[in-house]
Amino acid sequence: MAIHSKDFRTLRLDGVQRDFGAFNALKGISLTIARGEFVALLGPSGCGKSTALNCVAGLLPLTGGTISLDDTRIDTLSPEDRGFGMVFQNYALFPHMSVARNVGFGLAMRNEPRAQIAEKVAEALRLVRLEGQADKLPGQLSGGQQQRVAIARAIVVAPPLVMMDEPLSNLDAKLRLEMRAEIRRIHAHLGSATIYVTHDQDEALSLADRIVVMRQGEVRQVGTPEDLYTRPATVDVAEFMGFRNMLPATMAGAGSGTRARVTVDGAACEGTPVGPLAPGAVTLAIRPEDLRPQDDGPLAARVDQVEYRGRAFFGIATTPGGTALHFRAPSRVAPGTALRFGADPDRILIYGGAA
Amino acid sequence: MTGAALPRRPGLRERLARRGLDGTTLLVLPAALAILALFVFPFIEGLVLSFLPKQGGPLANYAKFFGDPYLWKTIPTTLGIAIPATLANIALSVPVALRVRRMKRQRLLTTILVIPITLGTVLVAEGLLNYLGPQGWLNRTLMALHLIDRPVRLVHNYWGVLWSLVIAGFPFTFLLTLSYVSGIDPNLERAAATLGAGPRARFRTVLLPLMASGLAITFCLSFVQAFAVYPSAVLVGAPAGSTRVISIAAFQAAYETYDDSLASSIAMIMAAIQLVIVVLVLAGRSLFYRGPAGGGKG
Amino acid sequence: MTQSRTSILDRIWILAVWTFVGFFILNLAAIVGAVAVNSVATRWLGTWLPKAYTWHWYADAWSEFQLGNILTVTFEVVGAVVLLSGLLGVPAAYALSRRDFPGKKAVMLLFLLPLLVPPMTIGIPLATVLYRLGLGGTIWGVILANLVPSLPFVILITIPFIDQIDQRVEQAARVFGANTLRLFTHVLVPLLTPGILAALLLVLVRTIAMFELTFLTSGPTSQTLVVALYYAVSAAGVRAGQSVDAMAMIYMVTTLVWLVIALRFVNPTQIVGRQAAARD
Repeated sequence: MAIHSKDFRTLRLDGVQRDFGAFNALKGISLTIARGEFVALLGPSGCGKSTALNCVAGLLPLTGGTISLDDTRIDTLSPEDRGFGMVFQNYALFPHMSVARNVGFGLAMRNEPRAQIAEKVAEALRLVRLEGQADKLPGQLSGGQQQRVAIARAIVVAPPLVMMDEPLSNLDAKLRLEMRAEIRRIHAHLGSATIYVTHDQDEALSLADRIVVMRQGEVRQVGTPEDLYTRPATVDVAEFMGFRNMLPATMAGAGSGTRARVTVDGAACEGTPVGPLAPGAVTLAIRPEDLRPQDDGPLAARVDQVEYRGRAFFGIATTPGGTALHFRAPSRVAPGTALRFGADPDRILIYGGAA
Repeated sequence: MTGAALPRRPGLRERLARRGLDGTTLLVLPAALAILALFVFPFIEGLVLSFLPKQGGPLANYAKFFGDPYLWKTIPTTLGIAIPATLANIALSVPVALRVRRMKRQRLLTTILVIPITLGTVLVAEGLLNYLGPQGWLNRTLMALHLIDRPVRLVHNYWGVLWSLVIAGFPFTFLLTLSYVSGIDPNLERAAATLGAGPRARFRTVLLPLMASGLAITFCLSFVQAFAVYPSAVLVGAPAGSTRVISIAAFQAAYETYDDSLASSIAMIMAAIQLVIVVLVLAGRSLFYRGPAGGGKG
Repeated sequence: MTQSRTSILDRIWILAVWTFVGFFILNLAAIVGAVAVNSVATRWLGTWLPKAYTWHWYADAWSEFQLGNILTVTFEVVGAVVLLSGLLGVPAAYALSRRDFPGKKAVMLLFLLPLLVPPMTIGIPLATVLYRLGLGGTIWGVILANLVPSLPFVILITIPFIDQIDQRVEQAARVFGANTLRLFTHVLVPLLTPGILAALLLVLVRTIAMFELTFLTSGPTSQTLVVALYYAVSAAGVRAGQSVDAMAMIYMVTTLVWLVIALRFVNPTQIVGRQAAARD
């Protein structure tokens, strides 16, 4: 008997709010998640992503808005009546139960027959590659193994929705990469919708079908990993999705096609506007790897330091106006060298307002 | 060991230090000696003395104790007070502790509850005599509510002692239970809830098993306190009758008949009974999970 | 666990739990209150509250029970117990926290046992030994007897505090040239002050309230307040009840003042808890 998730079409969050006293942890989140979708909630700590997850799980009551599964409201149900699966940050394995009993807990609560529980537990443990550990106590397992038990426990009940709250944050770097691949494999096998909370953009980019970037209790942008990486909608999303140089500039007029012309540190260059731009101060966002030394480049700067980071050199240079530029160089450049920099106008994003 | 160029054999001091014995370790000596002299030595003395009765063979004291109903019946009397009091305290502590652990401001409540512990049984007994007496507030309230026609006798009997053990013992049991319950990771209960366990199922499958070993310890400590009950058995009980507990028998032997040897025997019997109960409960405890009540790493 | 909805049964259960807590606290207040009211009553018979109030029972109690002497003895005993258990206990706790030596488990058991055996059980053989040594009935006998639970208590409470101090701080002090004495005075004592203070205050409160050991080892000149109170209560009828209750109030205030001070430094659970302390 295979574990397959129950069916539903959409999970809808509609204006979900959660206040802690005077503090608004969630300021009206709206989000629709489709069957089988892998959605990552991404944001710095304190942005409300875990609060949102706990609201969906039923561990925190809402102070406003609704959550519904297809046409049924579920935000008034207690967590035990929602039938979702959840993987906790510290795993929350029952320390007094064997691995098999931990995994079978949800099935036992659903009063399934013993034989069926044993069968499903065995299959779930196979799925997370923990055959042979069934009789151990969680305390006897390594961190990575405990993580697998936590995942098995959440998925064995074939939940329509699996929630994961920073599941990899307690693991070391190598194990984190391994488990990331495991989670992708298990998700592909089960096909249950997944909400994955993380503050690590690499995890979100590599795992999710869609990423929801949150900040200060609000959704800032929803999109595919490619969207978010190449076209962040706002300056703060741009700052969060990998490092970018943020250069203060002034609008100079329209450029060719959809581009705009700006002046930065007295030099003129073209870039791609994101959203409507007004005359006056704007901000340019350029990734260090897109900013290359080239003889005819518009930006002049003097190199301060260069370091080797394997395969490439990264350096910092300062413009005459005092702005620091992080750049990538194909070879070592001596500090003090005067360079000119340029970038592909498609990769220069222009946001309205000062940085 | 045979070999050329054997390294210099380390000095005694160095060898001891490697095993953790150095000047710092010696700091433990004064305290250890004090406890040996004030606790272990008297205890052994008492044990020896109990086999040296005023008259008769070595076991005469024990024969006397178990042959005289006036003496041996103090054991069932004491157990009859101590066990119900301890069980009642635990039964009351668990639900209260489970609710209180969710409170942000536990301090006020725990502070109030610590008061009867620090006041001690003598003061509680004096208060009970006033409060539960025939003219006390409780009897007056019950009469004002027409629940009773004339004052009920609440002190100078079995119930008086039981009340005093609950008043002084519940806070103790509660605070211990609270410290055990607070040690259970709240995420475990959340995890159980997301897996479909309702409040009762969560209590049965997660909380109770994780608390069981702590409750066994709590039982032992509370029981040992209740078993040695003395002042309240005298003051609010019926020390010649239904609450003639074993402490009273021991005290009378020592200070009324001046039979140190018999008194020591009774003290040893008390220790033995406490030991038996503690061992039984702790043996039962080994059936339960005893590790940390955390949910995983970190 | 927060839930969106609480069933009626759960509400009743929660209500029952809080009702019990309220009932317990009410009774507690009534027990203390009855003593307090009686101590200032001129006469209190057959009414809810006394007809008139007076303070003179306090003066009576003071002279009748010679409370001046008793309080002096009480504070001498308590002071000596606190001092001795601190002087002996803190170094022992330091050694137990910092060193791992053969037989450490046995030493820990040695310090744990006096807390597990009720005072009545150890009190009788201890009193026998003290009387044989001529210390029975003297203030020194009372002090020594009270060390039996106090010393282990200080050790067990202080160990976790010392565990918390990073050993590297001490090593750093050594590297910068502090000898053992300076290490203690400049580094350890300042860092440990809150822990030691907490342990000693708890011992103080417990010693004031320690009835059994003092009862068994004290004589007429070495009674502490709680023992004197016991004799006064058990001899009720000889003295006016109000006078006994006035004494009870004096005892209560003496204890509670120190309890309030202690609670500024410690968690209430520590008064109960060797477990609570040993687990932290």
